[in-house]
Amino acid sequence: MSEASAILVIAHRDFTKLLRDRQRMIAEFAFPVIFIGILGTSLQAGFGDRAGVNLLHFVFTGVLGMTIWQSTAQGLISLIADREQDFSQEIFVSPISRYTIILGKILGESLVALPQWLGIVLFGVVLRVPLDADQLIRMALAGIVVAFFGGAFGVLVLANLSSQRAAAQIFTFVMLPQYFLSGIFNPIGSLPLPLDILSKISPMRYAVDFMRDAYYSTTGERVQLFDASTNLVIMAAMFVVFMVVGTFLFVRAERNR
Amino acid sequence: MKRYKKAETNAVDGISFQVKAGEFFVLLGPNGAGKTTTISILTTTLSPTSGGATIDGSDIVREASAVRRKVGIIFQRPSLDQNLTAEENVRFHAVLYGLYPYAPTYGLMQRAYRGQVEELAKLLGIARDIHKPVRTFSGGMRRKLEIMRGLLHDPKVLFLDEPTAGLDVPTRRTLWEHLAEVRRSSGTTIFLTTHYLEEAEDADRICILDKGRVVSFGTPDDIKRDLVEDYVLVDATDRSALGDELARLGYATSGGPPFRVQLNGHTVHSILRSIETPLTVVKTHTPSLEDAYLEIVSGTDE
Repeated sequence: MSEASAILVIAHRDFTKLLRDRQRMIAEFAFPVIFIGILGTSLQAGFGDRAGVNLLHFVFTGVLGMTIWQSTAQGLISLIADREQDFSQEIFVSPISRYTIILGKILGESLVALPQWLGIVLFGVVLRVPLDADQLIRMALAGIVVAFFGGAFGVLVLANLSSQRAAAQIFTFVMLPQYFLSGIFNPIGSLPLPLDILSKISPMRYAVDFMRDAYYSTTGERVQLFDASTNLVIMAAMFVVFMVVGTFLFVRAERNR
Repeated sequence: MKRYKKAETNAVDGISFQVKAGEFFVLLGPNGAGKTTTISILTTTLSPTSGGATIDGSDIVREASAVRRKVGIIFQRPSLDQNLTAEENVRFHAVLYGLYPYAPTYGLMQRAYRGQVEELAKLLGIARDIHKPVRTFSGGMRRKLEIMRGLLHDPKVLFLDEPTAGLDVPTRRTLWEHLAEVRRSSGTTIFLTTHYLEEAEDADRICILDKGRVVSFGTPDDIKRDLVEDYVLVDATDRSALGDELARLGYATSGGPPFRVQLNGHTVHSILRSIETPLTVVKTHTPSLEDAYLEIVSGTDE
């Protein structure tokens, strides 16, 4: 009971912090707005006719999946920076289990991803991306799955980081390559073998594809690589591995500095 | 003992001490002496490389969770969440320690909790500001709030890691009075680290740490006896006669010439009166505890 309360209180704090931090709220929309608004719109204007698919919609769905996934992953990774700041010290010395901290943090960062989901979808509406109620519900559910999956990936990365500096550099080495290997802006259906292997082991790819499937499954277009159930099985398997290995390594590294 | 990964020397090296229940204990030492490492090990956030400790009968390694429940910690760096209100900070602590079940708002928390918060706010004189962000509080007020929060779960031991670092003198003083009051009313064992000697003067016992080792341990008086060397420095033209005379009189001397005659309970006056060899130099050396401590501290800078 008290562990459940602790999970909720940790999640509550993350969400409250976001709501009170206007700068962060705005900053979190900057990337998706640039990607969708500028890149998506210009790709569609330039190559849209030849692509056989609306590239604005393609980028919109890809960025939505990527943003949610990355938001929770980054949120978890930030635990390493947090450990020595403000309230996180409190959390680390409280009598709750380390697993509770991880779960609370994943729940909290997933909640943090919610307003981002909403913001990006609203931006899609502004850009006249066609969206019906059925699609919205599917994309909302997909968002929840993707958020938790991103959190698990964050735990794995977190567990292998030793310092705040390493955490700051993680973007270039871990996130950026996945942008292109996951097919957020570019087709990845027929990649050369080495890239194809890298793409298939990029967790972000499945998050993006799952979100795309939620959008395209009723449009008649075939943009997604796998169907929802395949993506779901792969993500579930990765989720379990990331959580078990990540939490184990994290808890061990925490006390043996 | 603790050696950090990639470190060449031990941060804490074979230290051993006991703290009695209800005691005001001070771990004193210059920066880098190993104070924070010691506190981190005792509060279970760091594993010792070897050795162990128990707090109120619980082993810090095998029963870490029990230890965490028994201790309160005030960190060197502020641990309040600046974006949250004072009440939210307190609420999160209370829930993390399993004192009350979680509720999303203050109004939905249990009545007992709200009663405790009101009382706490009154005690700190922030009844009107309890729902304001901690960001708007002064440094001293934040520290007091942290102490109150640290005592919420009624810990057996309250650890304070240099709680006055970065505070101005008046704020330090009020914080000190506050802590004395806490000790009187709760009877909690206080375990304080500091590099300010004056903060250790009221302690029941002091442990002086330097370069990871215990330099001195005991009551402030013991420490003084241990560290402070009182002597009178004397010299004469006829140095051999003076040396012989001092030996004959049975005084403990060191160095020399000039000779350092240890006081060992004698007064300077009685020693000088007893010496018949004409003296050319007489200097007394009776340093304060602070001087003795400074000698240790300055030694580490070399």
